[in-house]
Formats: sequence, C-alpha cells, structure tokens
Amino acid sequence: MAEGRKTPLYSRHEELGAKFVEFGGWLMPVSYQGILEEHRAVRTSAGIFDLCHMGEITVGGERALEVIQEATTNDASTLPEGKAQYSLLCRPDGGIIDDIIVYRRGKDFLLVVNAANREKDWAWLQEVNKGRAELADASDEIGLIAVQGPQAEKICRSLTDLDLGALGYFNHTEGELAGAPCLLSRTGYTGEDGWEIYMPVQYVEQVWDALLAAGGEDLEPAGLGARDTLRLEAGYTLYGNDIDETTNPLEAGLGWVVAWDKGDFIGKEALAALKEKGVSRRLVGFKLLERGIPRQGYPLHKEGEEVGVVTSGTMSPSLGEAIGMGYVRRDLAGAGTELEVLIRNKPSKAQIVKRPFIKPSVKR
Amino acid sequence: MYPAELKYTEEHEWVRVEGNVARVGITDFAQKELGDVVFVELPGVGDSIKAAESLGVVESVKAVSDIYSPVSGQIVKVNEKLEDSPELINQDPYGEGWIAEIEVEDPKELEGLLTAEEYQAIVEG
Repeated sequence: MAEGRKTPLYSRHEELGAKFVEFGGWLMPVSYQGILEEHRAVRTSAGIFDLCHMGEITVGGERALEVIQEATTNDASTLPEGKAQYSLLCRPDGGIIDDIIVYRRGKDFLLVVNAANREKDWAWLQEVNKGRAELADASDEIGLIAVQGPQAEKICRSLTDLDLGALGYFNHTEGELAGAPCLLSRTGYTGEDGWEIYMPVQYVEQVWDALLAAGGEDLEPAGLGARDTLRLEAGYTLYGNDIDETTNPLEAGLGWVVAWDKGDFIGKEALAALKEKGVSRRLVGFKLLERGIPRQGYPLHKEGEEVGVVTSGTMSPSLGEAIGMGYVRRDLAGAGTELEVLIRNKPSKAQIVKRPFIKPSVKR
Repeated sequence: MYPAELKYTEEHEWVRVEGNVARVGITDFAQKELGDVVFVELPGVGDSIKAAESLGVVESVKAVSDIYSPVSGQIVKVNEKLEDSPELINQDPYGEGWIAEIEVEDPKELEGLLTAEEYQAIVEG
C-alpha cells in the first residue's frame, strides 16, 4: 500500500473510487475511471484535479522583488499586478532546482513550487534571502484545485461573479468562488484552457464539491496519470523526469525563461558561459515508428551507439502513438532525425519531432 | 468471482488447461490494478519457455508489467488481436484477452498452480 501525506480531499477521492499513488511524499489519486477516459474528458470537456500537494511560498516586504530577481531566472520586474510567469530556480552552476510559477500580488509574490521540492526550495530561498524579504511557506494553508478543458471557463463562471472571460492566459484575479475567497489563475499543465484555483485550505472541500456539482456530466475528476499524459502531449517538462539539478535550462529548451538582461541572478554566470560554449545535448520530443512504449531511463541509440536517454514516455491517448522526450547529443537533436529507443534491450525506431505533440488550446 | 475452472498463479496469471495445452492470460484483478492496457508484447510462436520465465509484457499507461509463464513448454499460439486491441485484456481478461497457448511439457507442473479459491484468498488477503 502506498503511503504519504493526505490532502484535504483524500476522502473525496476514496468515495470516487480512486486508485492512489505516492507522489512527492503525498498519497495522490492516480486515476478514478481510468487514465484514458480522464484524458479524453480534459481534451473534450473538462477535468478537475486535486493539486493540494503543490507548495506555495509567499515573498513580501520592501525587498521582495530584489530577492525574487536574484533567486529566479525570469524577469519579475516587468510582471504587472494580476499576471503570472513561468520561471526557474537555478543553482550557481545552472542546474535546475525547480520550475515554478511566480504570481504578482501587489508588491508581494506568490511562488508555486513542485510538491517534491517544497522543503528544498524553502531552504534554498531562505539561504538566498538572508533576511531581506518576508518569506513564508504557506503550503499547508493554501489549497489548489485545477479545472482544465474546453468547458472549464463555463463551469467556473457559474460559481462566481468575477469576469473570468476578460482574463487571458497567465492572468489571475481574486474574489469569491462558490462562497470561498479564491485566487483564480488562467494557467494549467494540460495544454487546454483552464483554471488553477487557490484558496485557504479550509474551503477546499466546499469548492471541490461545488465545482463537481456545477460541472455535472461535463466535468470528471482526473488523477496524476492523466495529468502526465496531458502534459507530455503538450510538451511540458516534468521536474524529476525531464529536468532536475543535473540539467540546465539551455539544454532543456527553457532558455526562454532566462532573462539575460535583467541584472544578476543565481546561475547567470554559469549559464552565460554555457551559452557561449554551446550545450552538449538537448531535450527533444520523439515518436516511435515501431511498436512499443518508451519509458524513463531507456537508452537512445544512433546506429548502435548510445547518444541519449529517455526522460518521459507514454502511449499518447490523443494521437494513438507512442511518444516521449529525452536528451540527445546536440548534433543529433534536429527534428526528423531517426534514432532507436532501446526497449528491454531491443532497438525500436523513433523519430525526433517538434514539441508540442499536440497544439495547446490555451487562451491567448 | 474468479472462474472455478481456471488455475492461477500468485503473479496474477490464469491458466485454462485443455488436453496438453495451457491457455494463459492475466486475471481480472491484475487488469484492474494495471488500468488501461495500451501495449502487449507477445512471445514468439515456437519459442520454448520455462515456468516463471517472462512470457511477455503488458503495459498500461503508467506501468510495465511482466507476464510470467505458469508452465514450461513450447508456445503454440499467441493472441495476435492484442497487437491492435490491447484493451481486450481490460474488457474480457478470461476470454478475448487471452495472451498465449503453451504445449505443456510436464503436466505435474499444473498441480502446483492455485485454485480459484486459493487465488481469491491471496488477492483478498
């Protein structure tokens, strides 16, 4: 039996017949009705996800921006109130500590971090901060529910007076939803339009129940299994699979969140040197041309020589094809290149394709 | 709940014995644990196999699971339908979702397999 911390929605998941899995120290639903069914629901209608395991760290006070600018790679100084940005925490050597979302709330910031990295990020931020900004780990006080899919806006709108239609991708607003004080953010990890809803943890069950009731047949609870197939089709990296402290933003294709011109930040020097020298490998997407499913850790070969490794792979429910991501030697990382994935020591032909595998339908 | 006419293994395979041929698949419990099956790797017809050796692989969206041969013998038939329709394992694990047929080398090996009742006790234990 899997073990771990339980979110406030654990009993709801049990009632829904969920299968559980240990993830980042938490006992999370991996699926309810089946991953394929939940994946389909998010692509065609809507799915609801319990993301209470995610970590939330607040950064406030006069020197909040200064600390954020130093600790993250993206430029938070240009982030207006009501906007959010994807960003990274890097080590001095450029290794990725975590990938995060930075929300601007007035002069303060809310950082949303991966569940498995919460303690590590918290310790790191305190070390970087040196008492300048007011840091707080609010993970135990803030709950998070995501509603994702083409019907997500309609479902959320039925429970709030907020003008959700006016908000674009990576915008957020605050107000009441289903009687609870919430921060609603037009973001997600599925490649679909949708919302991530933050609220004080005591309101989580109330909001979950209200959303499920409002969504009716249009909304299905979806677990981590579908979350993984959805994000992989959308080409998003997963911390712990595709990125970690031994990988850097440039080889991971995340150079777009490195703001070279914003001034000093941790990792800048190492990353600039790497940019000058050129990376030795790149994270690519690929499709299998033969039968089989690529999985994390399988070697990637070119004419019998090992040239990389698979970091994520699955049978894409939307495409009906086996897809994956992995690091490949730079000279072989172009789209169209044919490689072999070693599946149980047998080579299967694969071809590098551009990410994303499916075009995201997020609202621009 | 588990068909009484079948034999079972602790690794959640079932065996249907007809004459000297054993048809093998995975149990309803196993398919539910795995979730949606999206890929099956079948053994080669004519291959010889020993009991407890890998007979093939069943993959769901999340998991890769080996199928262990309950008996020793020669593979005489495989369910090729699974190549295009792996979901048959979920839909009909004891029928259309069968995996392979093995010509049994030593019928004594069958005596070591579990009855439906014994298997159920293990699953529910």
